[in-house]
Amino acid sequence: MAYITKSPWLIHYDGSSCNGCDIEVLACLTPMYDVERFGVINTGNPKHADIFLVTGSVNEQNIPVVQQIYEQMPSPKVVVAVGICACSGGVFKDCYNIIGGVDKVIPVDVYVPGCAARPEAIIDGVVKGLGALEKKQKNLDTVLTLEKVAREEAEEYD
Amino acid sequence: MAKRTIIPFGPQHPVLPEPIHLDLVMEDETVVEAIPSIGFIHRGLEKLVEKNEWPEMVYVIERVCGICSFGHGWGYCKTIEGNMGVEVPPRAEYLRTIWAELGRIHSHLLWLGLTADGFGFESLFMHTWKIRETILDIFEETTGGRVIFSICKVGGVRKDISNEKLSEISEIIGNLKVELSELTDVFLNDVSVKNRLVGVGVMTKEEAVEFGAVGPTARASGVDNDVRRDGHGAYGELSFVPIVEAEGDCYARCKVRIREIFQSMNLIRQAVKQIPCGAVSVVVKGNPSGEYVGRMEQPRGEAYYYSKGSGTKFLERIRVRTPTAANIPALVHLLPGCDLADVPMLVLTIDPCISCTER
Repeated sequence: MAYITKSPWLIHYDGSSCNGCDIEVLACLTPMYDVERFGVINTGNPKHADIFLVTGSVNEQNIPVVQQIYEQMPSPKVVVAVGICACSGGVFKDCYNIIGGVDKVIPVDVYVPGCAARPEAIIDGVVKGLGALEKKQKNLDTVLTLEKVAREEAEEYD
Repeated sequence: MAKRTIIPFGPQHPVLPEPIHLDLVMEDETVVEAIPSIGFIHRGLEKLVEKNEWPEMVYVIERVCGICSFGHGWGYCKTIEGNMGVEVPPRAEYLRTIWAELGRIHSHLLWLGLTADGFGFESLFMHTWKIRETILDIFEETTGGRVIFSICKVGGVRKDISNEKLSEISEIIGNLKVELSELTDVFLNDVSVKNRLVGVGVMTKEEAVEFGAVGPTARASGVDNDVRRDGHGAYGELSFVPIVEAEGDCYARCKVRIREIFQSMNLIRQAVKQIPCGAVSVVVKGNPSGEYVGRMEQPRGEAYYYSKGSGTKFLERIRVRTPTAANIPALVHLLPGCDLADVPMLVLTIDPCISCTER
C-alpha cells in the first residue's frame, strides 16, 4: 500500500486555535517548505483525507465538528495534533470553555509541540504520522483478510 | 417566487482557514439572507486575568490572534502603561512601530494569498506566500519567533535591534518592493482577477459608517478612518496619509490593502532613518489600579483595549474589541443579493479573523 504513504492527503481544521498554527500549516504548502513535492495535498474534503491536522484546544462548540470530520474520514486515518494547544491546552488550558487537548475528543497519533508549531515540526509530525498510517493499513489488511477467510469458511458450511 | 433553500457555509470550508458558520438562504443562485453563527473559537481568555498576573497576561493577549499577534501584545501593553502612567522610551516606541508595520505587511500578504486561492489562482497564492516568508525571516531574526513573538512587554520591548540590522531590514524591504510590484500588477490589472473582484459586493460610504465597519474594509468605501493618526507609538513623527478608495467593491478592498503594504514599507524605512538611540525598556513598579482605554490600528482595522486594575497583581477586567467583530455586521449586510459563487470572495475581502473576534 505504498500509495497511501507516498502521497498522503491531509485535511486541516482549526479547533479553536489562535491562528498561529493554522497559518504555519498553510505555510508548509507554500514554496518555502513545499510539502506538495512529497505528494502531500491539502484537501478540503474529509472523505479524501488520510491525515487530519487539528490545531487548537477545542472548545465545547467545536467538539461535534472535530468528531464529525474524524468520522467522515475513511480508514486508515491518522490524527496529528499541531501545537501545544492541541496537545494539552497550552496557554488556554485554564479557560472555562476549553476541553484541553484534542485527544479528549478523538484518538491522536502524533503530537507536535510548539507555540506556534514551526513548519519544520509540522512536516516532521506528518512524516511520523505516515509510519502510524502504514501500521494501521497493515492491521486493516489483516482484519479484512481474516474477515474474508471467515466469510469463505461460512460459505463452505452452507 | 422561486423556492428557498438554505445552504450551510462552514464551519469547515476550503476557503476558510478558520471556522465561521453562515446559513445562506438562497433563491436559485442568489443569496437572500445570511445568518451567521459564531463561537467555534471562543476560548474565554479575558477571564484568564483572574489566574494570570498582569505582566504574564501579555503572553495570553498576544495569542488572541496569531496573525496580528504583535499588535495585540502592543495594545495590551499600551493600556497597562496608560493605566500606570509609564513613559516608554522613544527607541522602544520606534521598534514597536517597525514590528507592527512588518506585521501589517505579513498580514496583508497573507490575505492577498488567501484571496488568490479563494478565486482559484493557485500560483498567485504561492508567489504571495513566498514573498511573505521574507518578512517572517526578519521577524525570526529580530524576535526569535515566526508568528508569535512575545517581544513586547509593559514598559518597552525585550530586545533591541542593532542599527546595522535595521539598515539591513530597510534594504531587504527595498528589494521586496520591486518583487512585490510585479505581483500586485497581477492583482490589480489581470483581466480574470478583475472579473472576480470589480463591482462585487459594493458597500457605500453611508453603509460602512452605519454598520460601523473599520480598517481597510471601511477605507475601501471612502471612510477616512485610521487610528494611527492619533500618533501612538512613533506614528506621530512619521509622515503618512491614510489610504482611501471610493468604490467600495472587492477590488477596492484589495487595492487598499495592496497600497497599505507599500505604505507600511515606506513607514518602516522612515522609522529606520529616524530611530533615536537609548534604552528600550523601563522598569515598571507597582500595580495598575485605574481604568484605561487604548486604541490601535491593527492590519484589519481599529482594535480597542480596556483594562481595569485592582491595585493587586491581578487585573479586575480586560476587554478587547477586535476589528472583525466590527466588520461582521457589514458582511452580513453585503451578502444578500450576491451570487453563491461570490460568497467566499465577500467573506474573504473583509479579511475575517475569527479567533480575534471570539477570543
